[in-house]
Amino acid sequence: MSDLTRLTIAEARDGLAAGKFSAVELTAAHITSMDAARGLNAYITETPEKAVEMATASDQRRAQGTVGKMEGIPLAIKDLFCTKDTLTTAASHILDGFKPKYESTVTTNLWNEGAVMLGKVNLDEFAMGSSNETSFYGNVVNPWRRQTDDQPLVPGGSSGGSASAVAAYTAMGATGTDTGGSIRQPAAFTGIVGMKPTYGRCSRWGVVAFASSLDQAGPMTRSVRDAAIMLEAMAGFDPKDSTSVDMDVPNFEAALTGDIKGLKVGIPKEYRLDSVPAEIQSLWDKGIEWLKAAGAEIVEISLPHTKYALPSYYIIAPAEASSNLARYDGVRYGLRVEGKDLADMYSRTRAEGFGSEVQRRLLIGTYALSAGYYDAYYLKAQKVRARIAEDFNTAFKEVDTILTPTAPSAAFAFGEKSGGDPLEMYLNDVFTVPASLAGLPGISLPAGLSGDGLPLGLQLLGRPFDEETVIRTAGVLEEAAEFTAKPSDWWRG
Amino acid sequence: MGMIIQGATGDWEVVIGMEVHAQVTSKSKLFSGSATEYGAEQNSQVSFVDAAMPGMLPVINEKAVEQAVRTGLGLKAKINKHSVFDRKNYFYADLPQGYQISQFLQPIVGEGVITIDLKDGETREIGITRLHLEQDAGKSIHDQHPSMSLVDLNRSGIALMEIVSDPDLRSPEEAAAYIKKLRSILRYLGTCDGNMEEGSMRADVNVSVRRPGEPFGTRCEMKNINSVRFIQQAIIYEANRQVDILEAGGTVDQETRLYDSVEGETRSMRSKEEAHDYRYFPDPDLLPLEFDDAFIEKIRADLPELPDDKKARFVNDLGITAYDAGVLVAEKEIADFFEAVAKGRDAKLSANWVIGELFGNLNRTGKSLSDSPVSADSLGELIDLIKDGTISNRIAKEVFEEMFETGKAAEAIVEEKGLKQVSDTGAIEAAIDEVIAANQDKVAEYRGGKDKLFGFFVGQVMKATGGKANPGVVNQLLRPKLDG
Repeated sequence: MSDLTRLTIAEARDGLAAGKFSAVELTAAHITSMDAARGLNAYITETPEKAVEMATASDQRRAQGTVGKMEGIPLAIKDLFCTKDTLTTAASHILDGFKPKYESTVTTNLWNEGAVMLGKVNLDEFAMGSSNETSFYGNVVNPWRRQTDDQPLVPGGSSGGSASAVAAYTAMGATGTDTGGSIRQPAAFTGIVGMKPTYGRCSRWGVVAFASSLDQAGPMTRSVRDAAIMLEAMAGFDPKDSTSVDMDVPNFEAALTGDIKGLKVGIPKEYRLDSVPAEIQSLWDKGIEWLKAAGAEIVEISLPHTKYALPSYYIIAPAEASSNLARYDGVRYGLRVEGKDLADMYSRTRAEGFGSEVQRRLLIGTYALSAGYYDAYYLKAQKVRARIAEDFNTAFKEVDTILTPTAPSAAFAFGEKSGGDPLEMYLNDVFTVPASLAGLPGISLPAGLSGDGLPLGLQLLGRPFDEETVIRTAGVLEEAAEFTAKPSDWWRG
Repeated sequence: MGMIIQGATGDWEVVIGMEVHAQVTSKSKLFSGSATEYGAEQNSQVSFVDAAMPGMLPVINEKAVEQAVRTGLGLKAKINKHSVFDRKNYFYADLPQGYQISQFLQPIVGEGVITIDLKDGETREIGITRLHLEQDAGKSIHDQHPSMSLVDLNRSGIALMEIVSDPDLRSPEEAAAYIKKLRSILRYLGTCDGNMEEGSMRADVNVSVRRPGEPFGTRCEMKNINSVRFIQQAIIYEANRQVDILEAGGTVDQETRLYDSVEGETRSMRSKEEAHDYRYFPDPDLLPLEFDDAFIEKIRADLPELPDDKKARFVNDLGITAYDAGVLVAEKEIADFFEAVAKGRDAKLSANWVIGELFGNLNRTGKSLSDSPVSADSLGELIDLIKDGTISNRIAKEVFEEMFETGKAAEAIVEEKGLKQVSDTGAIEAAIDEVIAANQDKVAEYRGGKDKLFGFFVGQVMKATGGKANPGVVNQLLRPKLDG
């Protein structure tokens, strides 16, 4: 049998349906692959027994004629999703030993559609980071390496474990969460597809919160079609999340018509940054040409408040986080470091439990919300956020989708951006953050290689709840880009 | 009447504002489905949301919103169709989220008014600044373990209404009248049980003093006082403390103080400098709370008659004195009881019996109306017996005592004890003859012009008939016999 792990979800779905292999066989192949790829440190918790159990149940369902949208498909779950009775860490020391007694809505939806859980994957602590260097469980390694050296590279973040797991064929897909680019940027760094749907499309219930007004779950897969299939299984209204939107979930896969004739694609002039390497600029130009060749109309647009997006994001997200993470206090679950009194216990627990990046953001957020600073920071940032959303609204009166690069660089080496000025790292989110602030759907797909052989991504953005146009356009771009490069499997033990 | 403290340097006026936390009557909590029953086993009414487990999200309880709107309407207040939930951030062991979800800048209810009832039927209008919805915290228990504190989260997340008054109150009596009236309105509305002992209602009391006519002085806030008596004691202590400071040439520091009911004094909890910075911001887990006019009107259509309206009706339609009406409407149960007694009967007579005999006996025995041995129906039957001449007022009081003791029906007691009023002229005539025969000297005096002795003869006849003779018939028959 050929290597089952190399299949896409769509191919596996067909193979399972045709009886070419069973869910148990498919899962077993991935468990083997997961074992072999341990050097990437993508998984925090592997759940092979549970996987086999779920795959067995899936085969039984199939035998009885019940087939879900993700029937028998083995997935990795970002360790930010609460999974019942399975350790859930948010990659933080402060959640030591935390096994939830409940299952997140998104994972519940996936299991209800027949998917199989392989394990919980690594991430930046509490999803705060763009390189997966802030996890208490250690760095995740990108399966890709530069042609020029063997230096290990970051997989991007915060969904670095998800990205690495999918890129290294240890899972057919993975859940990610995106707050300012945490799905799209690691997808770009690892040569896979990552989609952040519209804010409100997937329930946040049972997902450890980073920044509530921005957090959104999405699929990370090896093809646009797979992303469409998986998103459809994840999405849906949830009365337990007041910010989830009561709208029907379309058949996203059906959006892949391959036809974008007459579609208007916006190219935001503010995204032409001097600091972005020429090879990324030229990949973007290539993307424009591919879409044009497919019959789309290219329109230059302006998103004038773009330059204020990062500063306002780095006020709003930490402000919300400073409040969201207040519950990790050592009182009810997770880590507790005893102290001489309550305040001392809090200080010791949080000082030991949170890593330095999380602490930095909690301090920034606390400061931004403090009396006397609130108006100047938080309120101002919210006003900017409204302007950014307006920019997109205006643009979407003219165009149907927007094409941009996903990130201003390819994957970088450990320590390269995490050593000194944190702003250096924050700049990695420059193209992804504006759409997060506006709550828009966005996808990153691999479109080419850098000079030293690393994958580069292009990003498509859409109107709120118009994931279909984004998926349709991404499908066309994917076909045109013919991205077939694969990382060498140096990591296989 | 305002409270004036006569200091060595002149008069000081006391200014009081109240923030009352009233637990919303609702089966489930403000943002979770957990039960809210009082006195349940510790930590038995706690959902994942209430315990702030990772990834849990609040969902607003519509019933609590209805109750807040209902209360707003009862306070004749502006209802805000758009309001916002904010997070009030602070750390404490019994605050699992590390923040309380409350409403800061945009509350659900705006300005309203409460009419308080003072002595001698006097009333005053007290402004309501706002009412907002918020979550309660859990409870820390410090006395059950030598080195640890324990936490009970049953209360965590229960819906509270914080009702803030304008600084319109001027004396402890007014403060007491305010809280009693507020409690009465909430109970009429069914939006809070007003039970201060169980903590369903707690007050933060703001006190300052000033020279009459001058601007407000610096205030101190006394937190979480849970009885009307303690509220009054705290105000008196605190106002005098502030006057002493000012008269000695000092200044009052704005601070939060604790009222110690055992010592009868207030103590500093934290000063303005140490005050928490709550870092309020809109809760991103919740959308702004929005509803339409139809939602409000549906609630308005269902409002009960409130104490002020009821009182006016009792005075205007039933002819009851303002004072009695005030007593009868103070508690919904009393008003309901009274109306049941008075239905189809003499309202004034009914009011007298409820306020006089019934309350007298309840007070004497320390019972509350709900465990009164005499029901509204049986009190009504007793009044019917008076009205139809079966028993006299005096006998009725005797019968009532018996009813109160035994819970028996009036008719049964009258029957059993043979208390039926005698209107049989033959029997009364016989008694009159006996009395006249036995008191010939008095008869002579009467006939000699001492008219006042008539009463003596009536008394004697009544005595001879064991009090059962119909006094009207006695009068009628006695005079011709005495006159000879």
